[in-house]
Amino acid sequence: MTAPIPSAPVLSVRAMSKQFGGIRAVNNVSFDVHKGEILGLIGPNGSGKSTLFNCILGQLRPTSGHCEIAGRSTDGVRPADLSLMGVGRTFQQLSVFPRMTVLDNVILAGQEHEGTILTRLFGRPDAGLTDKAKQLIEFFRLTPYLQTEAGALSYGQQKLVDAAMAFMAGPQIVLLDEPAGGVNLTMLAHLKERLVTYNREHGTTFVVIEHNMEFVMSLCTRIIVLAQGEIIAEGRPEDIRANPLVIDAYLGG
Amino acid sequence: MTRLQMLFCALGLAGLIAAPLGQGNYIVYTMTSWLVFSISAMGLNLTLGYAGQVSLAQAGFMGVGAYVTALMTLAGVPWIAAAFVSISTSFVLGLLLGYPALRVQHHFLAFVTLAFNTLLFLVLRNEEEITGGSFGLVGMPRPNVLGLATDSNLSFYYFALVCFVVAAGVMWWILRSPWGRAFKALRENPIRAESLGLKIRRQTLLAFAIGSAFGGFAGALQTPQVQFIEPHSFALIHSLKLLLMVVVGGSGFFFGPMLGAAVVILLPEVLRFTEGYYLIIYATLVILLMVYSPGGLIGAGHKIRDRLMPRTEARRDMEKGFQL
Repeated sequence: MTAPIPSAPVLSVRAMSKQFGGIRAVNNVSFDVHKGEILGLIGPNGSGKSTLFNCILGQLRPTSGHCEIAGRSTDGVRPADLSLMGVGRTFQQLSVFPRMTVLDNVILAGQEHEGTILTRLFGRPDAGLTDKAKQLIEFFRLTPYLQTEAGALSYGQQKLVDAAMAFMAGPQIVLLDEPAGGVNLTMLAHLKERLVTYNREHGTTFVVIEHNMEFVMSLCTRIIVLAQGEIIAEGRPEDIRANPLVIDAYLGG
Repeated sequence: MTRLQMLFCALGLAGLIAAPLGQGNYIVYTMTSWLVFSISAMGLNLTLGYAGQVSLAQAGFMGVGAYVTALMTLAGVPWIAAAFVSISTSFVLGLLLGYPALRVQHHFLAFVTLAFNTLLFLVLRNEEEITGGSFGLVGMPRPNVLGLATDSNLSFYYFALVCFVVAAGVMWWILRSPWGRAFKALRENPIRAESLGLKIRRQTLLAFAIGSAFGGFAGALQTPQVQFIEPHSFALIHSLKLLLMVVVGGSGFFFGPMLGAAVVILLPEVLRFTEGYYLIIYATLVILLMVYSPGGLIGAGHKIRDRLMPRTEARRDMEKGFQL
């Protein structure tokens, strides 16, 4: 994989901290993510990865610091508006709509980005998105399950549906929360290959939280390591792998 | 809609047209009540079954519709205009009540709507100069449609049937639009829906207000049907009865509230021969249904169908993981 060309950051996190009572879960974290990058956020349990994610995504209000998406501040922006600003995400837990078909799941992921609230009542039932949704479903090789209720799919397949939903609105940046968690090796290879292909075809920026080292090292173009709420290392996967601080944080915990 | 579904709808409609022919006045009147309550329950089903919010004020919204229609038609305004005002008033009241209440959602919304229903009852009872107090209002005329009077119970039944079909058509339109998909998403996983750009507070408020408007429409029909309205007809107990209709029929299913309304209205008639035991039997049946089929009668039907003709099995083992 070639190194990305530096440009204006798609995501910029500045001096972000989050305190829970006496615990500093995230401590003065700053970093930029540029267009087309696949950034991995790794760290042992309790290192603050998920808290950082939730602060960026508007689920938690940071104690201090702020964050910008393509130059626009996200302070106080609700998750729905963040989505409309071009931020897609997946969840750590399964997050499909189980009693809706795969097609409906994916159409839903795009419909709020189309037209106005009135055209969504009086316009076409699919908001004109069926073809686009089918393409994306085909991209993740889920076409046989188009009309299957998402709740009836296997865990790995549901993860793919979740990913497809994150991409449906054509986001600038997608934040993936442990995409490899609980997914078997065959499905994992498939997921990784699809993510890399999507990144290459659309230039979409990814930020990935992940525990599976093999997956992160082979997927990401750059990695940030968190420990106890602070960045302890940053660099290319091969450098991170050899960094004694990182080895210490993981093994010496 | 598939061809088979269209065929079933056509057959159902034909059945509803043929059903009252040759029946006595009382049965025709009861069937009309079923149509009226079905419209109201359909609205509550949108709030409860699709958007996942418990409202205990559906009878209150019927009351709003009924009193607005009664006062206007008594003043000589044509029914159709009165009904339009009734629906709009209920919709706006739904918005006003829901806006603060939906910030808290779920059981808090239940409490707020409960309070609203109680308050409305007191207003209807105490504002005697306008509402007639406990004596209610009488003598509301039945509407003339294109010069045809609906004074007989049979003709009013057909009038109510037309209103019912219109209401069901509007509901069907809403549910097949992107709004319908958004309502289902709210019920199944609001956090995920919000992360996909859905403004959940606005969408929930709309579901509640539209549900309330259906209640107002049902009230507007009840006024000329009964031709006598008084506050007790819209007390909290009736909101609970509407909730029961939705849950017994199958909340979240299009035909659930219609089936539920039929059961709740007709079962007392069917069980009349058991005399004093009627309520005990009725309560036991409802408890059994809820234990074995939380999806109501339609849910039970689906279970039986899936057992006889298994299709894809739902991954019950993963259900825990769906909610964040």
